[in-house]
Amino acid sequence: MKDEVQSPEDRSAKLKGMGCSRKRVEDVRFTQGRGNYVDDIKLDGMLVGDFVRSPYAHARVASINAEAALAIPGVLAVITAKDLEPLGLHWMPTLAGDKQMVLADGKVLFQGQEVAFVVAKDRYAAADGVAAVEVDYEELPVVTDPFKAMEPDAPVLREDLAGKTEGAHGPRRHHNHIFTWEVGDKDATEKVLAEADVVADEMVYYHRTHPMPLETCGAVASMDKVTGKLTLWGTFQAPHAVRTVASLISGIAEHNIRVISPDIGGGFGNKVGVYPGYICAIVASIVTGKPVKWVESRMDNLMSTAFARDYWMHGKISATKEGKITGLWCHTTADHGGFDACADPTKFPAGFMNICTGSYDIPVAFLSVDGVYTNKAPGGVAYRCSFRVTEAAYFIERMIEVLAIKLGMDAAELRRINFIRKDQFPYQSALGWEYDSGDYHTAWDKALKAVDYDGLRAEQAQRIEDFKAGKTRKLLGIGLTHFTEIVGAGPVKNCDILGLGMFDSCEIRIHPTGSAIARLGTISQGQGHATTFAQIIASEIGIPADDITLEEGDTDTAPYGLGTYGSRSTPVAGAATAMAARKIRAKAQMIAAYLLEVHDDDVEFEVDRFVVKGAPERFKTMKEIAFASYNQAIPGVEPGLEAVSYYDPPNMTYPFGAYICVMEIDVDTGEHKVRTFYALDDCGTRINPMIIEGQVHGGATEGYAIAMGQEIAYDDMGNHKTATLMDFFVPTAWETPHYTTDHTVTPSPHHPIGAKGVGESPNVGSVPAFSNAVHDAFRAFGLVQSHMPHDQWRIWRIAENLGLHS
Amino acid sequence: MSNKMHVKLTVNGEEVEGLAEPRTLLIHFLRENLKITGPHIGCETSHCGACTVDLNGKSVKSCTVFVAQANGSDITTVEGLVNADGSLGVIQEMFREHHGLQCGFCTPGMITRAHRLLQENPNPTEEEVRFGMAGNLCRCTGYQNIVKAILASAAQLNAVKEAAE
Repeated sequence: MKDEVQSPEDRSAKLKGMGCSRKRVEDVRFTQGRGNYVDDIKLDGMLVGDFVRSPYAHARVASINAEAALAIPGVLAVITAKDLEPLGLHWMPTLAGDKQMVLADGKVLFQGQEVAFVVAKDRYAAADGVAAVEVDYEELPVVTDPFKAMEPDAPVLREDLAGKTEGAHGPRRHHNHIFTWEVGDKDATEKVLAEADVVADEMVYYHRTHPMPLETCGAVASMDKVTGKLTLWGTFQAPHAVRTVASLISGIAEHNIRVISPDIGGGFGNKVGVYPGYICAIVASIVTGKPVKWVESRMDNLMSTAFARDYWMHGKISATKEGKITGLWCHTTADHGGFDACADPTKFPAGFMNICTGSYDIPVAFLSVDGVYTNKAPGGVAYRCSFRVTEAAYFIERMIEVLAIKLGMDAAELRRINFIRKDQFPYQSALGWEYDSGDYHTAWDKALKAVDYDGLRAEQAQRIEDFKAGKTRKLLGIGLTHFTEIVGAGPVKNCDILGLGMFDSCEIRIHPTGSAIARLGTISQGQGHATTFAQIIASEIGIPADDITLEEGDTDTAPYGLGTYGSRSTPVAGAATAMAARKIRAKAQMIAAYLLEVHDDDVEFEVDRFVVKGAPERFKTMKEIAFASYNQAIPGVEPGLEAVSYYDPPNMTYPFGAYICVMEIDVDTGEHKVRTFYALDDCGTRINPMIIEGQVHGGATEGYAIAMGQEIAYDDMGNHKTATLMDFFVPTAWETPHYTTDHTVTPSPHHPIGAKGVGESPNVGSVPAFSNAVHDAFRAFGLVQSHMPHDQWRIWRIAENLGLHS
Repeated sequence: MSNKMHVKLTVNGEEVEGLAEPRTLLIHFLRENLKITGPHIGCETSHCGACTVDLNGKSVKSCTVFVAQANGSDITTVEGLVNADGSLGVIQEMFREHHGLQCGFCTPGMITRAHRLLQENPNPTEEEVRFGMAGNLCRCTGYQNIVKAILASAAQLNAVKEAAE
């Protein structure tokens, strides 16, 4: 055959394996509008469900009258908590060990809470029905401030927990207290702080925001009463977990539930949890015998499903006069809203917040987190981050800046002298993690050089002089960040969700003609899994990526996995993919040896074939081997060529990066302009550079939004002030900065292909970079800390408070 | 709500008709009656642009237009931008080439808007592309590659035009 005379390099290039910027296979259908998202699903006789929602943040529900609604043509049913109670479905378990009302059971705890579910023949009739349901509320005192919620006379929010002094994560000391989580050595840390040369003490608030994927959450439930099988399509980042949870809470046997995640229009953590809409759609389908669709509106989405952040982080960091950090202390007050619906591994009620020592060699540290109930929406999901890593990274990167001010030091130099050194890896952190690999100094030096850091500082000094001399009204901020992520949850020994170990999986089947199908336990929401996982297989077993179909999201066909969030797909399912491929390669080696009539050890793998050692003209291609596996009786070898791997990672992976933002700020208007944004990422082995770059652009833009204006805000009455895109900031192409991407490569030593994951790094790293740029612009005028988001008014107010307008 | 109206549209070159309540939004008529599901619903308040269609030669957000208002009009959606042989049109191909999409949810609106933008301004600068696309939100890409894809589309469409002249 012609291709067999090609060089290994040529053959390798044809595979489109790891390291190549393979064009995405998904795009062919997406670019012509042929995606299949949940709202595109249309089944015969399908009904539509919609919620009556609470206009109050805290109120008793005295009565619900559905009479007028039911009189509307096309309205078929109005479901309330009373209807769900006999089924035991009026409350549901949350991922955080708490429970949450599916529909208001006697009271409501946040504005927008689900009160009744109207089922109608179409969305217009459903909307009419929602408007016609009469609900009598009796208002109760509202608390939206987590500190006030913990005062002795604060309103009691969770009456269902009255008298319960023990929660899912230990003792509760107040009626609005959820948990206290402590890590590290308290006494040793306090001793170090007491004896330190210098201590910086600051409150760092990471405000409440929302992942806001462009597609909202939704589901279609179809109960087939003949077969007894429930099919549930939905915006699920973890379809298998949804199946198990649906089975446990509905009593329907797990084999009779098929969960399908179709194309998902972005997730960013919003689609990890289980929401009342999913449960109500299922119940409505069982009750009516017809398929029922529920898709939330944007307002529903921003008000009720899965906020992120809302951490008040009080920090103390100590150092020697020379700037060597000696200790870190942090107490966080975590506002969880009305129910604790955080999406964290069970043993980590504050996620991986204990990565808050960041990239620095800090000998001793202590972290405590108090979870608190308030009259706000539940959630606390990881918005493009691995379980509170964004909060942790923002905290330490702000504390470093605050410490630099206290020491009168350059913040880049302060970072450099405190980085964990290359020779310290694997590194045991004071708060319990074993960092797998890193080379922070190299990345840092490369980043500083790329932006001409010294030149920038000189320019900034000149600018300050000019400003003071009245020659300009614009300041220059240089925002630095060196972040370390912890992703790829995770080892089953310490990571589970609702008792399900956080392994992941891949099954590969090679067809007789040498093409293949692979199925994974994860689900893409735009990350391009169908493209990149095929590249891993291509490199591992020499089948062209273009000849590999990749499927995810159907629990009837895909192997069990915990889904896609926390940058875990590549670290965990990507590892499973490589391991399954290696099982196939091992079997292929035996087949090749048999066909070539040599011993197994006498053949070796070369790109797309097994070659007899020392006789390169004697070989069998994977294509030939695949066919042989189906048509030859090979002694001691089963027919067929397929493998499955369930991969339990030995450790997390620790991607890192150096981000630098240069920002111009107009002191009089509060306007800003990002002049440069440089992002260096080290995600270990790079599978598809094009996709990595795209992930960095997207994540950094989310970070830009969060830092510079995006927030979920409430007034004192618990009214949601940012429930539409008029008020909730999502940057357009016009505001969004231009990004320069760069990389270093420090492979993970424990991952089969050395990959670490990258999807969330840019959100984690960019928020402090933008925020530090704002702070840095005003450092010379005395600013130490100003909370995000840094919208125009808040920046103007910084200048005002510093007396720069007089 | 049984007073249904008869509506007639040309969608992607094909004449279609149907019955709709007067309050029916164009996006719902396209998606639910005609099963043209390329245009998506992302906000229902005209902010996100996922529902963008081309209506009588103008970019329109179909979530805030009644189908009754569109009666008799000529509509193009992303499905109508493929070549006659079924291959991807130039803008669609350039979005793929330059990784101008990730989850794909904003993509139909983006491409439909880009199609009109390049009719209005065949030689846009980067700044003009950014301004002209500001009615369409994307949560995945950070726009950089979308802008790149549109500039590349402009170059390619102009080259085709020049070759034809």
